[in-house]
Amino acid sequence: MSRRLLFLLPLMTLALMAGFFAWSLLVGRDPAAIGSVMVGRPAPRLDLPALAPGEPPLSDAMLRTGKPVLVNFFASWCAPCLAEHPLFMRLKEREGATIIGVAWKNKRDDATQWLKRLGDPFRTAGLDLEGKTGLDWGLSGVPETYAIDGNGIVRLHFRGPITERDLNESLLPFLKGAK
Amino acid sequence: MRRLAPLVLGAMLAVFASAWAVEPSEMLKDAALEARARTIGQALRCVVCQNQSIDDSSAEVAHDMRRAVRERLTAGDSDDQVFAYMVARYGDYVLLKPPFKMSTLVLWLGGPLLLIVAGSALLVAAHRRRQQSPTSPQPLTAEERQRLDALLKP
Amino acid sequence: MIPEVGHFALILALCVALVQGTLPLLGAAQGDQRLMGLGRTAALTQAFLVILAFGALTQAYVTSDFSVANVVANSHSAKPLLYKISGVWGNHEGSMLLWALILALFGAAVALFGSTLPDSLQSRVLAVQGLIGLGFLAFLIFTSNPFERIAPAPPDGNGLNPLLQDPGLAFHPPLLYLGYVGFSVTYAFAIAALLEGRVDPAWARWVRPWTLAAWCFLTLGIALGSWWAYYILGWGGFWFWDPVENASLMPWLAGTALLHSAIVVEKRDALKSWTVLLAILAFSLSLLGTFLVRSGVLTSVHAFAQDPARGLFILAFLIAVTGGGLALYAWRAPSLQGGGLFQPISREGALILNNLLLCTLAATVLLGTLYPLFLDLLTGAKVSVGPPFFNATFVPICAPLFAALCVGPFLGWKRADLWPALMQLRLAFVVSAIAAIIAAIVVDSRSALAAIAFGFGVWLIVGSLVELAQRLKLGATPLAESLRRFKATPRASLGMTISHTALGFVVLGAVATGAWHSELIATVKTGETMSFAGYQVTLQRVESVQGPNYIAERATLAVTLDGRPYTTLQPERRLFVVQRRQVAETAIQTNLLRDFYATLGEGDATSGWVIRLYLNPLAPWIWLGAALCAFGGFVSLSDRRLRIGAPSRLRPATVR
Repeated sequence: MSRRLLFLLPLMTLALMAGFFAWSLLVGRDPAAIGSVMVGRPAPRLDLPALAPGEPPLSDAMLRTGKPVLVNFFASWCAPCLAEHPLFMRLKEREGATIIGVAWKNKRDDATQWLKRLGDPFRTAGLDLEGKTGLDWGLSGVPETYAIDGNGIVRLHFRGPITERDLNESLLPFLKGAK
Repeated sequence: MRRLAPLVLGAMLAVFASAWAVEPSEMLKDAALEARARTIGQALRCVVCQNQSIDDSSAEVAHDMRRAVRERLTAGDSDDQVFAYMVARYGDYVLLKPPFKMSTLVLWLGGPLLLIVAGSALLVAAHRRRQQSPTSPQPLTAEERQRLDALLKP
Repeated sequence: MIPEVGHFALILALCVALVQGTLPLLGAAQGDQRLMGLGRTAALTQAFLVILAFGALTQAYVTSDFSVANVVANSHSAKPLLYKISGVWGNHEGSMLLWALILALFGAAVALFGSTLPDSLQSRVLAVQGLIGLGFLAFLIFTSNPFERIAPAPPDGNGLNPLLQDPGLAFHPPLLYLGYVGFSVTYAFAIAALLEGRVDPAWARWVRPWTLAAWCFLTLGIALGSWWAYYILGWGGFWFWDPVENASLMPWLAGTALLHSAIVVEKRDALKSWTVLLAILAFSLSLLGTFLVRSGVLTSVHAFAQDPARGLFILAFLIAVTGGGLALYAWRAPSLQGGGLFQPISREGALILNNLLLCTLAATVLLGTLYPLFLDLLTGAKVSVGPPFFNATFVPICAPLFAALCVGPFLGWKRADLWPALMQLRLAFVVSAIAAIIAAIVVDSRSALAAIAFGFGVWLIVGSLVELAQRLKLGATPLAESLRRFKATPRASLGMTISHTALGFVVLGAVATGAWHSELIATVKTGETMSFAGYQVTLQRVESVQGPNYIAERATLAVTLDGRPYTTLQPERRLFVVQRRQVAETAIQTNLLRDFYATLGEGDATSGWVIRLYLNPLAPWIWLGAALCAFGGFVSLSDRRLRIGAPSRLRPATVR
């Protein structure tokens, strides 16, 4: 009997593997997704010069005001940032959301021009020319958006441009729900 | 006339691995630290690429990570501390050598376990077979003896 | 018109495959000669039809027929002819058609050259081939049709991926597929044997040539892919443990185990169920590789365009083929009669150890490749499994494998003494130890592991040659006698010696290049000189060069040694205008003992260019060794005993 079982072992191994493959294909798992370790943790340091000259630099205090804050990393040379921009304008104008922008690896002039041309959804914007802050925030590129609650804890982390679906299913509920 | 003045900004290294995305401007002057940076760089994954280490990727993030590795090494961090720095920001995903923890137990031990279990099973089976198989043939049964006599009868 | 002919031929081939896959099986079960003979006819017809289809697609590419969607997506009128042809299989649909072609050709080969096979066995083998062909043709026609038209036809195509426009990579897929598909024949033999309920030495004798052929081609395919990565990717690496590479390594490991296991079945009528299992696994791993590359479940630099629908189809096929095979195995294998008994210390025992270690290696690679997927689905945690993992788990297991490899041939069948065998290898052991010590002292005193690995490479070479020398009684008898013995040595044994020795060369090359290469990365302006590994390298000029479908920046590096001109290297960076992609063209100068390797990076006249120089010791030995390994396999294949196949028929007794 146990000998039979031994001969069934390869088949059972196949069944296990095939089960995983089918599961992966059916749920549409994205093998390139890298996840995020920031969610559920206090937001990393935000210690940057402001994009607009003369304005005070960005600081961590801006993330712990008791109200939810969105932090959006962008760049003028980034095409998907252009695509998601209208959604941020909508968040600012219709929902009154506080959004902090960070220009990542962008020349100050280029970023400022871009915002002037398209509209500025940000309460304030910072400049991360070298990418050091991006690294601290676990950035893999632009655009990426973080949703931080009133206590300074990261609740959501979007890699890539946000979509209507992200807006309706995640961001709006977050803004309404968070203290 | 050929200028022999060396404008070599890199260093000659006999290292364990090479890296085609590392730029001369990134490399550290201290050869020992640079060698450590290379070894660490070969073990860190570029988070936006397909299965490349940060040393082999020309992505912006990979460049940032290489720079950060060298900054931390210059600041005196140990190799483990540099890895921990990266894991704190990107998770275990960034390590090309998966950490040894509960969730990766099967991964690390699967191969050796298979070898040991299968090997032992084979040895046990071989031992048992040797015990069972007689060295001399079984004596004939009565029926077989009768048949043999019948055949041998002229 | 012609693409339609090709399309129609494919559909016909599908029908023929259906016939081939069912009726001969029926015939074998009922002993019906006519139905069994149908298998041969069907196989030959299918081959003809698929050749027609493949020819039609090739014609569309060569004439740049842009009314065919596949040609538009993957070709361009300005491409050189060689790459127009290799573009046929440089995409998903075309490569699947190549699979189907090779499958049909192998089926025809079994029909033509398998005349010594018993009818029932041959018809069952052809039927299984037919069923596999059915699956692939269905996949082609229903999900990946290469003959789809596009209207209106665009004026030109999108061009082929620049990375693929390279002679090395042009031949890499055909060689690989010859290997993968060759294992389908051994799979068919295994299924046929399970259906017959009989695995005997004659079966093993028939299986061996097909396994050898598949294995040789797979070895060449993998070596070519590795060599291509080495000279195109620009940093001297040749194996990255990428999922797609692993997908080709796993069937190779299983195929190697199968090759050796079949010897035991043939010689001693033992190890039957293991051999049958390996035959099923080798092909299953080939299919698994196809699935991993085309389904999108894993990320890889090599992967084709992803499509989950295709992925599900291939998965279903994989389950049908592998699951069916393994189910049949679970049902029938326990009743396979065990054969000759043997002691643990014996040639059989050594080959079992070989099996075990190779299977463990394959399992390690499988586990490492798929674990991120499993963990992600189960817990959502993301981990990466890269070269450091495989270096820590795969490489150590190679040590006992290499150690045993040289000892095995010295052990007798059934029962052997270990100590005398080891004694015969003491010369090899001493030479290897000395080589390792020299390597540790002279070359690099830091890495003891590299020195030990180097020692293993020498062990493989000397150990294999010592076995041959013993066989020829070199030194103990006059040279003429040794020569006579050499001529009498069966080719299969010579093939073994060649392949085992070649493996040693591969190990030496891999260790030397991996552990002891020199590197220089620098920014230089024209006219400046770098000092590198004893050479003086001057950047003479960087100029723009026009290629057939690219513009390149070419650097000219003059290398001198001790003041005398040594060589000139001209690395390039090519920009393919159609795809807007850059590909580095490395410059390699080799003297077969080391590669002098240069690449050109970004830069301009004012700030200088980034030049990377590498000196890779023994790098050529990796691929020369691999080619020699495959050559050894071909030598084995040419053994007359294998071509005769069946044991010679008894002549009828003459009646006095």
